[in-house]
Amino acid sequence: MKNFLRIFYLFILFSGVQSNSIAAEKIEYLKTDWSFKGLFGKFDRAALQRGYQVYTEVCSSCHSMKYLSYRNLAQKGGPEFTEAQAKAIAASFEVKDGPNADGDMFTRPGKLSDKFVMPYENVKAAQAANGGAYPPDMSVLVKARGGGVDYIYSLLQGYEDPPVGVTLDDGVYYNKYMYGNKIKMSNQLSDGLVEYSDGTNATVEQMSKDVTTFLMWAAEPHLEARHQMGFKAIIYLIILTVLVYFSMKRIWSRIETEV
Amino acid sequence: MSDHQYTPESKFGKWFNDRLPLLTLANHLTDYPTPKNLNYWWTFGGILTFCLITQIVTGLVLAMHYIAHADMAFDSVEHIMRDVNYGWLIRYIHANGASMFFLAVYIHIFRSLFYGSYKAPREIIWIIGIIIYLLMMAAAFMGYVLPWGQMSFWGATVITNLFSAIPLVGEGIVTWLWGGYSVDNPTLTRFFTLHYLIPFLILGLVVLHIWALHVPGNNNPVGIDIKKPSKDTVPFHPYIVIKDGFALLMFMIVFAFFVFYTPNILGHADNYIEADPLVTPAHIVPEWYLLPFYAILRSVPDKLLGVVAMLSAIFILAALPWLDTSKIRSAVFRPLYRQFYWILVADVLILGYVGAMPAEGLYLLIARVATAYYFLHFLVILPVLGFREKTLPIPLSITEPVLGGSPNLATAKNKESSIIK
Repeated sequence: MKNFLRIFYLFILFSGVQSNSIAAEKIEYLKTDWSFKGLFGKFDRAALQRGYQVYTEVCSSCHSMKYLSYRNLAQKGGPEFTEAQAKAIAASFEVKDGPNADGDMFTRPGKLSDKFVMPYENVKAAQAANGGAYPPDMSVLVKARGGGVDYIYSLLQGYEDPPVGVTLDDGVYYNKYMYGNKIKMSNQLSDGLVEYSDGTNATVEQMSKDVTTFLMWAAEPHLEARHQMGFKAIIYLIILTVLVYFSMKRIWSRIETEV
Repeated sequence: MSDHQYTPESKFGKWFNDRLPLLTLANHLTDYPTPKNLNYWWTFGGILTFCLITQIVTGLVLAMHYIAHADMAFDSVEHIMRDVNYGWLIRYIHANGASMFFLAVYIHIFRSLFYGSYKAPREIIWIIGIIIYLLMMAAAFMGYVLPWGQMSFWGATVITNLFSAIPLVGEGIVTWLWGGYSVDNPTLTRFFTLHYLIPFLILGLVVLHIWALHVPGNNNPVGIDIKKPSKDTVPFHPYIVIKDGFALLMFMIVFAFFVFYTPNILGHADNYIEADPLVTPAHIVPEWYLLPFYAILRSVPDKLLGVVAMLSAIFILAALPWLDTSKIRSAVFRPLYRQFYWILVADVLILGYVGAMPAEGLYLLIARVATAYYFLHFLVILPVLGFREKTLPIPLSITEPVLGGSPNLATAKNKESSIIK
């Protein structure tokens, strides 16, 4: 058993090396309690629904979410809108379809199977509309940033006046959590910007938390299933390991060697 | 192989076995006499077999859904993560499985280094092992390219560009490897093909590795030759099977923890950004298991010499059976070697650490010192140590310990001095 401790120690060392490499630039991010962290972590359903509202009313005017479909909104483990609600949401968007029998493109109301409608036709159009910067697709955004959810959550609240001596070009803003502190997205959130249907007070902090939760789900739609299965799998493995340990002891008791 | 002749009991079994001796093979594998004092470091061979099979099986399923095309690879991976039934599970097992595979292989290699398992008569096992390790690195590197994220693309660019260091033909080779003038779709499709092929080459070499192992039999923590079968050995089944199984389950718990709770911690965030040939990431870092070699590569100022140093760092291992001049296998009886062994372990960990850091200032200095020490260990310390070191008395057999009061102490000492001469 002593050897196992050694193995484990080596393993910790290795993972230590790795996490150090990720946190090369250490910035203290704002912290909040995420409901989806931990062994039993689950999404806060209401926060996901509010987060979707923030995304659709604020972010989606520039940021696409190309890997999500409207059906995902009603999916288990997500915001869990009812199917009727998800259908209504989908129908509120105009989707370009075609060509039809005459060879023409046409628009129709969205369906559950449609992907989220993109704000721009293509990357070039997005860049042209945003001073040359492409607003990144948000589908896997939290996984594509070193600090993950804490980073996004902090960034949304990190707008400040630039310190003395820092000059900003036109269309560039100062954000203390952004890499290099210069960001081309202006501060988007202000208290009371959206009106939550569940009566929650829409402070900047609240909206940041809600939309970040929504982005986490968007990037990891099966997170709840993963946590649930992981717990079962590990419990099963532990029980099996204990049983195998005792049978091993029993088998090896036939000979005079410690195992 | 095993000394006794095996005859199947049933008539059909006998008929079949005369034509294809599969039952003899099965009997050999179950009866295979194994030293009974093997510790848990020896369980990693079985764990590695499990890792290889896991990678092949999950990889097979992923390949059914993955699209090897520069415009669709990233999308198809997201499709696997979102819409394929349990696709997220299979992909996370495969991605973390690579890390687990390397964790196990490093433990396996360092076990060999500690107990001198590479020494005569096991040189061929060792060299096959090094080839497997090389192929693993190639497979892992190409696998990391397939999701076509930023690190995939730029990692592929950096590594393939190393070949341009070769004088005269370098540039031509790089173009040939890429299938064009930059890393692009042809590169991706060939990497996918090779990524699919290499694991089966590894599988074949694993069979040879085990075959070569079964000729002299396992080394053991005491590092002495033992009679087989004897009271020093146990049959592989059930003793070693259950012990390997127990260790494998422990390993799987760690594995499961990564897969289910921190599936992305061993990867780089930038690989969730789709490959963009026009945007270079701030730091291009390989996966953690390649970091020590990356550090060696960057510690040499000249590109060609850096590549040579990096490759030498791997190939030098193949020469290890002849670089280590000591006749004593196990570090248990080599007090000086034991200390140098742990220094080497620390050295490799340090190389891994600085490999993840930007190559500048203090990090670069540390990388250079650690690289120099790495080669010093193999090229100077090991050969000299074999002649200079005063080793401890080794026991005559596993069952007879070598402790102070042992009646065999005198004989053990005699044997030791005769071995050392």
